[in-house]
Amino acid sequence: MTTPLSAAEIAKAVASRKLSALEATETALARIAQHNGLLNCFTDVTADRARARARQVDADLAAGKSPGPLAGVPFAVKNLFDVKGISTRAGSKINRDLPPALRDATLIERMEAAGAVLVGALNMGEYAYDFTGENVNDGPARNPHDPTRMTGGSSGGSGSAVGGALVPLALGSDTNGSIRVPASFCGVFGLKPTYGRLSRARSFPFVPSLDHLGPFARSVRDLTLAYDVMQGPDPADAACTTRSPEIVTPLLAENIGGLRIALAGGWFAQNLFPEAVEAVAHVAKALGVKRTVEIPEAARARAAAYVITTTEGASLHLDRLRKRPNDFDPAVRDRLIAGAMVPAPMVDRAQKFRRWYRAKLLEIFKTVDLLIAPATPCVAPKIGQVNFTLEGVELPVRAHIGIHTQPISFVGLPVVAVPVPLEPMPVGVQLIAAPWREDIALRVAYALERMGAVASPPPRGI
Amino acid sequence: MSTGSIDDYITAVAKALNLTIEDAWRPAVRSNLEVSLRMARLVDEFKLPDESEPASVFSA
Repeated sequence: MTTPLSAAEIAKAVASRKLSALEATETALARIAQHNGLLNCFTDVTADRARARARQVDADLAAGKSPGPLAGVPFAVKNLFDVKGISTRAGSKINRDLPPALRDATLIERMEAAGAVLVGALNMGEYAYDFTGENVNDGPARNPHDPTRMTGGSSGGSGSAVGGALVPLALGSDTNGSIRVPASFCGVFGLKPTYGRLSRARSFPFVPSLDHLGPFARSVRDLTLAYDVMQGPDPADAACTTRSPEIVTPLLAENIGGLRIALAGGWFAQNLFPEAVEAVAHVAKALGVKRTVEIPEAARARAAAYVITTTEGASLHLDRLRKRPNDFDPAVRDRLIAGAMVPAPMVDRAQKFRRWYRAKLLEIFKTVDLLIAPATPCVAPKIGQVNFTLEGVELPVRAHIGIHTQPISFVGLPVVAVPVPLEPMPVGVQLIAAPWREDIALRVAYALERMGAVASPPPRGI
Repeated sequence: MSTGSIDDYITAVAKALNLTIEDAWRPAVRSNLEVSLRMARLVDEFKLPDESEPASVFSA
């Protein structure tokens, strides 16, 4: 296939009037129409809205207004973002009964203010409590490199839509790994920013203590362009930073030679299939990294993230569990009911441990600028796969996909998931920086991309 | 906790929370709760000073 244009290429062509925003939008809509039957990544295609928005972008340019950095760039959002006029389903059956959203999510407004064009909403695991990308209500999103395999989740449609090059940019959410896991399985770049960096206003929550939103893209430049335009305070999200935007795009090509980079050892070097080991070694070799740093108590951090997730999630859904238990995906319902039964002191202790663990990681970041760790223990499993055998032990797939992402998002560190284009399936690696240093993770990702060590492969399965 | 006592616990907490658990769901709820409690115990075993603050600190 001819590789579709990147977001940066579209914006440049639209700004110079070589391509209209409407043409760029029609190209995305045509690719969605062609491939969504197989990939099942879109649950809503907002074609009329997209065409109207694209015409407005073109009219503004014709009137001499300056184009935004994402002029005419089509994008889509996980269906937990409010899209004006659509009920925010968050992957569920129950939420379809909600009234249509009255206003777009803050991040959609910021993307469109930069000239981007929303073309639809994307499939996801029910209520984001998922690492697979499967959904009992909408069917599974499918992996663009092998449609018999999982996309990863819960932002499965986001990974699939970008990996399949249906759109150059998508937005998703990450509570325990839900951006980094599908980025890994679908062979794309994903950014989970620092907790609080990007506004979550008017998105459906899961675990407010741990919820993040962020972008997916097929290049680091596109990822960074989207990240930059979405930054900034937002009083509508209680956790959102008051820091001014810290723009990264102009810094991407800065030399990374002086950065102190290390491999995350211990927990992050265990429970890995050979492909994940190879991917981490490949990135470390490209960067000339030999140093390994132990992260203390990572297993306990994962456990604490699990406890906070299941209990806050249960609290969020308690009324729905009482009134409409049969309308949940049974697997999600039974996990949430169990979460409601965890004794409260355990949750308080998990939140206290979180502060302790944060201090330990901040100590590590006094001597390290970036940590390298696997994004997933494996390449994408088959859709419906229940178990895998790891180091001789049979383990449940669902519970183990996020074991290397959970201890990182637990304390809100910024991470770029970079794709290593192994054959036949890609797999991702996490580049982890100190809080508020997305710039470092993005610069290293950009350097790796420029040296050819990481790349988003063309979709192999469509 | 034995299977019998965890079932008793599930019944009691479901009643306190006004949650209905159909018999068909009970094995999955039990199995999930066993995992959640195993994770919680791992956190519980970690000794922290009395002065420890939770991650979220209220500001007036």
